Amino acid sequence: MAEGSYVRIEGLKRYFDVSPPWLVRVLEGKPRQIVQAVDGIDIEIAKGETFSLVGESGCGKSTVARLVVGLYPPTAGRIEFDGNDIATRRGQGAHSALRRRLQMIFQDPFASLNPRWRVFDIIAEPIRAFGLSKDKADLEKQVGDLLRQVRLTPADGAKYPHEFSGGQRQRISIARALASRPEFLVCDEPTSALDVSVQAQILNLMMDLQRRLRLTYLFISHNLAVVYHISTRVGVMYLGRLVEEAPTDTLFRRPKHPYTRMLLDTIPDLDMTGRQRAPVAGEVPSPLNPPSGCSFHPRCPFANERCTVERPKALPIEGGSVACHAIEEGRLAIEDRSYAARG
Amino acid sequence: MAGNVPLLEVKNLRVEFPTRRGTLLAVDDVSFEIAPGEVLGVVGESGAGKSLTGNAIIGLLEPPGRIAGGEVRLEGQRIDNLPYEAMRKVRGARIGAIFQDPLTSLNPLYSVSRQLVETIQTHLPLSAREARARALDLLKQVGIPGAEQRIDHYPHQFSGGMRQRVVIALALCAGPRLIVADEPTTALDVSIQAQIIALLKKLCRENGTAVMLVTHDMGVIAETADRVAVMYAGRIAEIGPVRDVIKNARHPYTRGLMGSIPSLGVRTERLTQIDGSMPRLTEIPAGCAFNPRCTARGERCLVERPDLMAAGASRAACWLHDARGVGMPVPLAREAAHG
Amino acid sequence: MAGGTSFSRWLHRASDSDVWWSFRSSSLTIAAAVVTALILILSFLSPLLAPHTPFDPSTLSLSDGLKPPAWMPDGDWAFPLGTDDQGRDVLSAIMYGTRLSLVVGMASVFVSMLIGITLGLVSGYVGGVTDAVIMRIADVQLTFPAILVALLIDGVVRGLISVQRHDEIALFVIIGAIGLSFWVQYARTIRGSVMVEKNKEYVQAARVIGLSPVLIMVRHVLPNVTGPILVIATINLGLAVISEATLSFLGVGLPSTQPSLGTLIRLGNELLQSGEWWITLFPSITLAALVLAVNLLGDWLRDALNPKLR
Repeated sequence: MAEGSYVRIEGLKRYFDVSPPWLVRVLEGKPRQIVQAVDGIDIEIAKGETFSLVGESGCGKSTVARLVVGLYPPTAGRIEFDGNDIATRRGQGAHSALRRRLQMIFQDPFASLNPRWRVFDIIAEPIRAFGLSKDKADLEKQVGDLLRQVRLTPADGAKYPHEFSGGQRQRISIARALASRPEFLVCDEPTSALDVSVQAQILNLMMDLQRRLRLTYLFISHNLAVVYHISTRVGVMYLGRLVEEAPTDTLFRRPKHPYTRMLLDTIPDLDMTGRQRAPVAGEVPSPLNPPSGCSFHPRCPFANERCTVERPKALPIEGGSVACHAIEEGRLAIEDRSYAARG
Repeated sequence: MAGNVPLLEVKNLRVEFPTRRGTLLAVDDVSFEIAPGEVLGVVGESGAGKSLTGNAIIGLLEPPGRIAGGEVRLEGQRIDNLPYEAMRKVRGARIGAIFQDPLTSLNPLYSVSRQLVETIQTHLPLSAREARARALDLLKQVGIPGAEQRIDHYPHQFSGGMRQRVVIALALCAGPRLIVADEPTTALDVSIQAQIIALLKKLCRENGTAVMLVTHDMGVIAETADRVAVMYAGRIAEIGPVRDVIKNARHPYTRGLMGSIPSLGVRTERLTQIDGSMPRLTEIPAGCAFNPRCTARGERCLVERPDLMAAGASRAACWLHDARGVGMPVPLAREAAHG
Repeated sequence: MAGGTSFSRWLHRASDSDVWWSFRSSSLTIAAAVVTALILILSFLSPLLAPHTPFDPSTLSLSDGLKPPAWMPDGDWAFPLGTDDQGRDVLSAIMYGTRLSLVVGMASVFVSMLIGITLGLVSGYVGGVTDAVIMRIADVQLTFPAILVALLIDGVVRGLISVQRHDEIALFVIIGAIGLSFWVQYARTIRGSVMVEKNKEYVQAARVIGLSPVLIMVRHVLPNVTGPILVIATINLGLAVISEATLSFLGVGLPSTQPSLGTLIRLGNELLQSGEWWITLFPSITLAALVLAVNLLGDWLRDALNPKLR
């Protein structure tokens, strides 16, 4: 992997203890229960690129986002940002220079803005917290510029969040995230709650901003078409583990891991080629009780004995990596896929 | 539809909400038909009125919303003006419903078998034993593994996808001719979505049940529907065979919508974007509701409201397809960029 | 964003809001609001509006004693509601007494709010052992009726300090006692709301910026959980006034040199047997009207602010 990667995540783990209360456990003899939400992730993100994490619910991608941003401390592993270890930094209260450079955009446009604050104050808060403005006039100018940057107007600062539509609120969220002049943005499903046409506006905006401000994105999503459109590299997660990771074109045209193939098969055929989605059997197992060995083996058409006992390691291949015994053993052929252009 | 009586006929349907600020028209003069066994997709973004249309048809509009005009006919017979009891018999027996959230569609306090048997016995003259046998059969048809044991389980013991299958079984149990499905797959994971859609298609084909599929997800429509109606601001903007509407949309809104969806076939720098957003019910513009955001608009669009008119194999509510055209072009002002 | 225009915009929004509309459309609520306003004005402006100063001994004359209300024989329009055995005008006494009752009521509500909101915020946001401890204390306190708790606190203080000192600070003791007996309701309600809000993304956004928990609690969470507080406070005001009246009636509240409605009722009660009914009746009616009006307002407020009912 490249030297001097901008963001490097090594062996990241986060376990949640969801055991019943101690008294219940003692009286009813119930065991401790641990959810291994994130179970050893290795990712490298280069400066200026967009790395997307995809997966279905329960795969741990949102937890990874929150770990990177510092909302939870990791159970194990390292998170390095521009050479600094941010996993072991102290919790809240430290307005460190690193926090300023790393911000987050959330999924729910209705819950991510404080309904009692004016938009101006919402956007000004990071500027005030990090001491980035000289005086009131400068603060107003900065907030006005940020609002214009997300295609709203400075006059919108006087309004409250409920006066805006979902798409506009997401723009305000973006303006707030940009207020501290960050270099790295973690985006947790920023368009999943939006209508399709609004999503297009927000995605275009985010790509424009990335070009203009030279931002790096960690983009979490479950929507593969969106991910295809904006990512440089993609990582696929399943039950807390990274099963495959590759540059976007490689992942979509030459998917390797059986789960990746299955996910790509579920993308609807809007190009009306008549391709039927091949429904795959089974559902994502409960994270409380993950399968042994390779966690995908109960649903995998290519699983063998080894898959049920041994967890596959990440194998570097074709510019990315994949964690699959079948690939490693050469049992599974890698084919090219093509997608029709919409006419 | 050669000479058959359509299964469902909706004519000039209007749904309004009286509020203290005046009456809001949420569904404005909507008309369409569904043939027996056909799948009609009703697609639109939030606020377009598609869910309300579905609710009005099943008779589940929440007060103060009410049907203010038009008619709904099922197999030739009017159902929009039926009293509550009569409509209750129609619901379930002749129209089935599937809603978005499987968690709240099933009563958490009753076992699945009880809910199924109760529904079956309400609409069909079967004994308890016969009803239970039918329920079991339905559960197997919808693909619940181990149906014999699981039939007596409670909803919380099923996963999301399994629950939605139970909901489908419940909708089909009395053998309805039409199913109204409102966002049936939105709350589910993508891999489960594919399964549920395939199931719905298969069962409806096998039983000859027609489906009115309300959703915001074009992908689901592309795979499931025979025809699709695109709704905007309470009106139908375009309606036609699904292949036509998707590949060759005739209404500028539909075209913009299709362009907004990222495609795997080609990586563009920018997605097509329609500036602005759907107008609120209180601020619907005069003339064509889409005109403030339409790059192809003309003078006529600002004052005259278009009805659905022939446009290739579909029908679109757009003056572009009228002999007189749109008149002098009126370019969009810069302010349209702000929602 | 000039202050002037933002206030007028707020006014415009408030007058257009659902809350104001629901107020205007309920005549019962308007009536209750009018009664409350009337009582508030009359009592707080009592030095200006009262016809007499009943607690200044130099203005009293025993010959005015035990006069019945003005519309009865022997009545005197100078004393519209009659006088007590010392010659004190009942109407003026009610006005001054109500003022005192309201002062005690409002102040103790304020004390309850302060304790309850703080503990509720901390309990909900910090969680864990802190939460468990605070909630257990709340549970224990709830097993005692509020009056008993107030009595207890009052009794302890009386036992600790001398009688003259006590008379001077009686007002504060009463306020503290009643305040301490009603905080639990606030704490529990706030705690529930805080637990919901703290998982919302705007709180997470504030944590990402690195703000301290105290700042987040006060600036972000608190403004969003105060909705139900107003309703609780309004109903609590009625309860506090009644509690004070009860304590004074029992003789352990305010001393007779600073009589509140409760004290007046007690004084009149002693004279009830000898047929002078007006001395106890009119303060009782005032008390009942005040508490009823305040409770009705609280009911309306609860319904008006309930998003589900709108």
